[in-house]
Amino acid sequence: MKAAWVVLAIALALVLQTQTMLGRFMIRGTLAIDLVLVVVVYVALTSGPVTGLLSGTVAGLVQDALSSGIVGIGGLAKTIVGFLTGIVGSQFIVTQPVPRFVVFFAATLLDRVVFIGLYVLLDLRSFSTSYAALAGQAVGNAVVGIVAFQLVELLPGVLERRRMANTRLRR
Amino acid sequence: MALLDIRQRAGHLFLAVMLGHVILISAQVTSRTGVPILESVTFGIFAEVQRATTAGASLVRRVWRGYVGLRQVKADNDELKRQLASAEVQLQEQRALADRSRGFERLLDLRDHLTLSTAAAEIIGASATPDFRTLTIDKGTRDGLRPDMSVIAPAGVVGRIVVPSARAAKVQLLIDRNAAAGAIIERSRAQGVAVGAGDERLRLEYVSEVADVAVGDAVVTSGIDGIFPKGFIIGRVDAVEKNGGAYKRITIKPAVDFSSLEAVLVVLTPTPARSAAEAGAE
Repeated sequence: MKAAWVVLAIALALVLQTQTMLGRFMIRGTLAIDLVLVVVVYVALTSGPVTGLLSGTVAGLVQDALSSGIVGIGGLAKTIVGFLTGIVGSQFIVTQPVPRFVVFFAATLLDRVVFIGLYVLLDLRSFSTSYAALAGQAVGNAVVGIVAFQLVELLPGVLERRRMANTRLRR
Repeated sequence: MALLDIRQRAGHLFLAVMLGHVILISAQVTSRTGVPILESVTFGIFAEVQRATTAGASLVRRVWRGYVGLRQVKADNDELKRQLASAEVQLQEQRALADRSRGFERLLDLRDHLTLSTAAAEIIGASATPDFRTLTIDKGTRDGLRPDMSVIAPAGVVGRIVVPSARAAKVQLLIDRNAAAGAIIERSRAQGVAVGAGDERLRLEYVSEVADVAVGDAVVTSGIDGIFPKGFIIGRVDAVEKNGGAYKRITIKPAVDFSSLEAVLVVLTPTPARSAAEAGAE
């Protein structure tokens, strides 16, 4: 159990680092994919609402701290996303690419609505995000999420088959 | 056992975490003076992670370029780049000096504020979310950095420091939606405010409908904001439109390519406006 939390912490740290490093080279705003959100949704779908909630909180707060906005708004958005996605994952069968796509797509929309909505509601800043850009980001996150799921699920099998094949050849 | 208990009460945990977030947000929104301690501490910790990762990546890159690749050519190129950057900064200082020397300022008691004291800093990270345009640099309060110090590059103005920690600092880029700088059209002296648009362009606001502004005009800092030194280049006018109101709608293309920045200069010398404010406070 502890090992799982350590793996989760490392995964989140790596994703945050990747996001900040990619951000350096895509500072013009073309970086549409939120890798942190993808990991939060993945964790929530595979581990349930509590883990989703906690990972969303931690990841969102760190993401806020590394940006120049209010610390807590991104955390709140990702907490809600993590919790609700965890509930969806525990109540419905989300094992096929299409349902997963829908979950990632909806999670991105929810995250954006809460995040932008809070900023606008508190009159802290305005956003000019178009519906097309929002949909683009949701599709991007969904595609990356599905690929991540496929990789994590298929990779151990591929490695095992290769190992078995090598063993047979030696005989 | 306790973890099992938490798992059975996910709803309670969710409400508790939500409440925590709301309190956290409220605390920041109601007290917006200075840098929040939580943000500063968290930023300081993760800036160290960014510093370590960037140092590792830089080491690999340096080894590859400097020793495996064309070693001498790389060294010469670095030296020439350094000289060019230095010359461009001097050019900007000269531009600022010429700007200050115009008109009635000749009659004033001009003191030489243009020998700016700067600290070079390397960029070690960017914002973790695309909604904000910030960078992390590897210098902090230990190197004399303070909030609201301006950050420049050889090509022009980059932004200002918003959160300094001991060994790193967060820089809000001029293209961030919350960023602004007092600006002036170099040719016609028309004044306005350069405001970040959240994308790769800036808007020049509050420029009178009758002001003389043309595409290609250089836009420089006016110095009235008390953050950026006067006469440093922001960019060039990209488009001018009449919107029927009292002000023109002007778009600026920044002089700095923010996507390829690797190092910046932090201006340590306070601007005249800030010096006066500090003297008044004392």
